[in-house]
Amino acid sequence: MSTALDGLCVEKVHVWRGDRHVLKGVSLALRPRQLLHIRGPNGTGKTTLLRVVCGLLRPEQGLVSWLGQPISSHRSDYQAALAFASHEPALKGDLTALENLRFAVGLKRRVTAEELRDSLERTGVAACADLPARVLSAGQRRRVAMARVLAMGASLWLLDEPFTNLDAAGTDLTAALLQGHVAQGGSALVVAHHDLNIDVDLRRLDLGA
Amino acid sequence: MSVGAFEAFTLVVRRELCLSFRRPDQLLQPLVFFLIVTTLFPLGLSPQMSLLRDMSPGVLWVAALLSSLLSLDSLFKSDADDGTLEQLALCGQGLTVIVMAKTFAHWLVTGAALVLVSPVVGTALGIPIGAFSTMMLSLVLGTLTLSWLGAIGAGLTVGLKRGNVLLSLIVLPLAMPLLIFGASATDRAISGTSAAGPLYFLAALCVFTCTLAPFAATVALRITLE
Repeated sequence: MSTALDGLCVEKVHVWRGDRHVLKGVSLALRPRQLLHIRGPNGTGKTTLLRVVCGLLRPEQGLVSWLGQPISSHRSDYQAALAFASHEPALKGDLTALENLRFAVGLKRRVTAEELRDSLERTGVAACADLPARVLSAGQRRRVAMARVLAMGASLWLLDEPFTNLDAAGTDLTAALLQGHVAQGGSALVVAHHDLNIDVDLRRLDLGA
Repeated sequence: MSVGAFEAFTLVVRRELCLSFRRPDQLLQPLVFFLIVTTLFPLGLSPQMSLLRDMSPGVLWVAALLSSLLSLDSLFKSDADDGTLEQLALCGQGLTVIVMAKTFAHWLVTGAALVLVSPVVGTALGIPIGAFSTMMLSLVLGTLTLSWLGAIGAGLTVGLKRGNVLLSLIVLPLAMPLLIFGASATDRAISGTSAAGPLYFLAALCVFTCTLAPFAATVALRITLE
């Protein structure tokens, strides 16, 4: 596989969890204006792969590189360029939606309250901005988590099951946000069970196949 | 526009303080424990002033150590449980800055609060007012060291379901020097002799842990994140 100098490249990654060989030589490449949809049955290592790509989990073998360099050699630059949304919304119940965003996004870049309110508006939860996250529904929390991804202004989105708990409108909205992001030159890696119908350069990777 | 390390540090401290003050019950728990233990002692012992004065440094320090231990468990636990620790680990600031900020904020709401109420406790235990400054200084150094030692333990045990007992087993032996030197500094201040020796030891331990523990805790946390 050619190394993608302008994007993300994962080469022959192996991960063992205890005795289980979870990722068996997975390779992928993701360039700007591309969306990679990772599919596979439960327990085939989709989340593990995403954690490897983030740099949270070091693979026993193989290499993850960003802009042609291993991510471990320029960790903070890489982290500044990515926005990760795990399958948990990662919100503090005692903080309001807006405060949650401010403390999470504020570590990445200087951001004003208007920008944060704007991203909440774009995911359709502007009305929840000043409510504690613990009173929000699961779907609303998912939307707030998506607003956080938006507000980070990152070029690489790594999303783990971003459609969970969303209603039909929310699913369409997230798909539209993904499309907009990719059309503007970003790239995204999405773990999702159902088919993505997004009009961009969409690749698929089936794990456990 | 990227965010500097100091800015990130203050932001995380503000976040932690904000979270603490939204949960007053958790905030007050170690403080109330400290007050209860130290005020029960004079009631249980005979109210002889001379006996109380002999016992008070030990009582004060044991209560301070145990009440600080109470809250250590939650240092990284809640963030690890709801996924915010991953977000913090990927914020581009380096985990060490986050660990330093979280531990410092933890010290502010436990250790520093304990130091502030210590004159009340000191009065109840019959410690003369002249010894308060030494007592408070030794508590500042001791609780700060304990927060850092605790950060290592909390980092190691954050992935465990019932990590609390293991955390105590890891931290308490390391905290023994604090108890010995802290109590001896307070004791010397009460008897009117110079407390410089034990205070220097406490200060050395404090500097040692403040400089090295953030890195150890970061490594511990990174291992548990994997």
